[in-house]
Amino acid sequence: MTQSYEAVIGIEVHVELKTNTKIFCNSTTEFGGDPNHHTCPVCLGLPGTLPVLNKKVVEYAVRAGLALNCKIANFSKFDRKNYYYPDLPKNYQISQYDLPIAEHGYLDIEVDGQTKRIGITRLHMEEDAGKLVHQGNIVTTPYSLVDYNRTGVPLIEIVSEPDMRSPEEARAYVEKLKAVIQYTGVSDCRMEEGSLRCDVNVSVRPVGQREFGTKTEIKNLNSFRALQRAVAFEIERQIGVLESGGKVIQETRTWDEARGITVSMRSKEQAHDYRYFPDPDLVPLVLDNQWIEFIRESLPELPDQRRARYIREYGLPEYDASILTLTKEMSDYFEEVIQHYHTPKAVSNWMMGEMARLLNAGGMDITRCKIKPTQLAELLKLIDKGTISGKIAKTVFEEMFASGKDPEAIVKEKGLVQISDEGALAAVVDEVIAANPKSVQDYRGGKTQAIGFLVGQVMKATRGKANPDLVNKLLKEKLQ
Amino acid sequence: MISKQDVEHVALLARLELNEEEKELYTRQLNKILDAARALQELNTDGVPPTAHVLPIQNVFREDRVGEHIDPEKALANAPDREENFFKVPKIV
Repeated sequence: MTQSYEAVIGIEVHVELKTNTKIFCNSTTEFGGDPNHHTCPVCLGLPGTLPVLNKKVVEYAVRAGLALNCKIANFSKFDRKNYYYPDLPKNYQISQYDLPIAEHGYLDIEVDGQTKRIGITRLHMEEDAGKLVHQGNIVTTPYSLVDYNRTGVPLIEIVSEPDMRSPEEARAYVEKLKAVIQYTGVSDCRMEEGSLRCDVNVSVRPVGQREFGTKTEIKNLNSFRALQRAVAFEIERQIGVLESGGKVIQETRTWDEARGITVSMRSKEQAHDYRYFPDPDLVPLVLDNQWIEFIRESLPELPDQRRARYIREYGLPEYDASILTLTKEMSDYFEEVIQHYHTPKAVSNWMMGEMARLLNAGGMDITRCKIKPTQLAELLKLIDKGTISGKIAKTVFEEMFASGKDPEAIVKEKGLVQISDEGALAAVVDEVIAANPKSVQDYRGGKTQAIGFLVGQVMKATRGKANPDLVNKLLKEKLQ
Repeated sequence: MISKQDVEHVALLARLELNEEEKELYTRQLNKILDAARALQELNTDGVPPTAHVLPIQNVFREDRVGEHIDPEKALANAPDREENFFKVPKIV
């Protein structure tokens, strides 16, 4: 009998906060820029400079902590995490060690229709490091170039409990976390740009064993798909190592997207000695409950609340409500369409059907969709008015998606107006009846489904423009 | 007790290159420092909150307004090596 294994997964997520300035100095946080142009003596770590905490960072961290159901600390402080690496000009990173700003939170995720609560151990503030530019890849590069523009950009690090058991759960957790943080407005959470980065700890153990197995940490995951694939690969790899009598080595591994595998980066045993100590340059942070409650009250509607509202107020099925609230962009788009159109379920159908299909095919997210919410509403109104059929609407939608043009303009331009004129259709119906005696005979002989074929022929003859209800009615009358 | 191995470990973390003599010397000296500090352990600290900072100050903040940036030429003035406006460093894996 073969042993079965269980994966244990915990995730650390770094999120860049959307402040104007860095966490401890007034340099801009603007993305990009010429190398080393967004710097000042403080973030360059020049001797004699002193860090001063950006108040907005504290507010944003508290907001995120509350949205993740954390307990906010009334007393917290900053510590130095010491290590030598050229992306860090001071040779230490200012972070929070034993007294983080938020702890003991949770996030509910859904996988396969089941809700599961994932614990959040802690959330703390820290400064981002600079960017290293390598010539070619990190192993073969002859030297590295350093850009300190990103050094000192505020981050929150969110550490989960090792509560996830599958690649799907890991993905669902990060997706949900991203949605919640985005809703709070404290970060853009763009994985591709690196404003949301995750490191995943994975270990496996025989089912029934209580102790954790040896874990590895996976880095370089810049999409949800990469995250899910990397975790799945790593679980299989570790099981393979154990099955062949080997031992999993505790180490950091990087995800190689092209090859679809994780690769060892370096052994971690020694690197772990960060010698944290309180940063004497920064004074403690004392937050009173009144201020914390003030921020709690100012929290916007969060994904779970919004989903519940969609079910309650708009009568959407739970599935629709979950998909629509998965990202803030998608949800905001939906909200805007229904400002201009009366049936939320119809909007949901179009967004989850045609729109999702075209977005997926183009590898895009909704922010890059050329169709404006008001234009989608217009399209739905054209269907309601009978100007176009539902079938033609799909053609119009595709054209809108490609060009961003108004639906009316497309309908006019391409002559797609639905034929609802009985006289005009009657002639076509007569032709179809004359040309298909076999189906007519079948229908009259009691095979009522034969009408479907005849309707199809009329639609074909009118290039999809006939009003299908009217065609049905006319056929039935004439075949009596 | 601090061992010579501890000194070697800390030296490595601090990127210090020590010869044998220095390792012996620092092992002795660091142990003396710890002995002196040990005297403090005798104090009864029941009911004394852990010190987070030596000054009785808290909540020093800055508003989130962008200020002046340093001239990149000045930023790079002390760089041992540069390429365009980047600091150039040996590769570190």
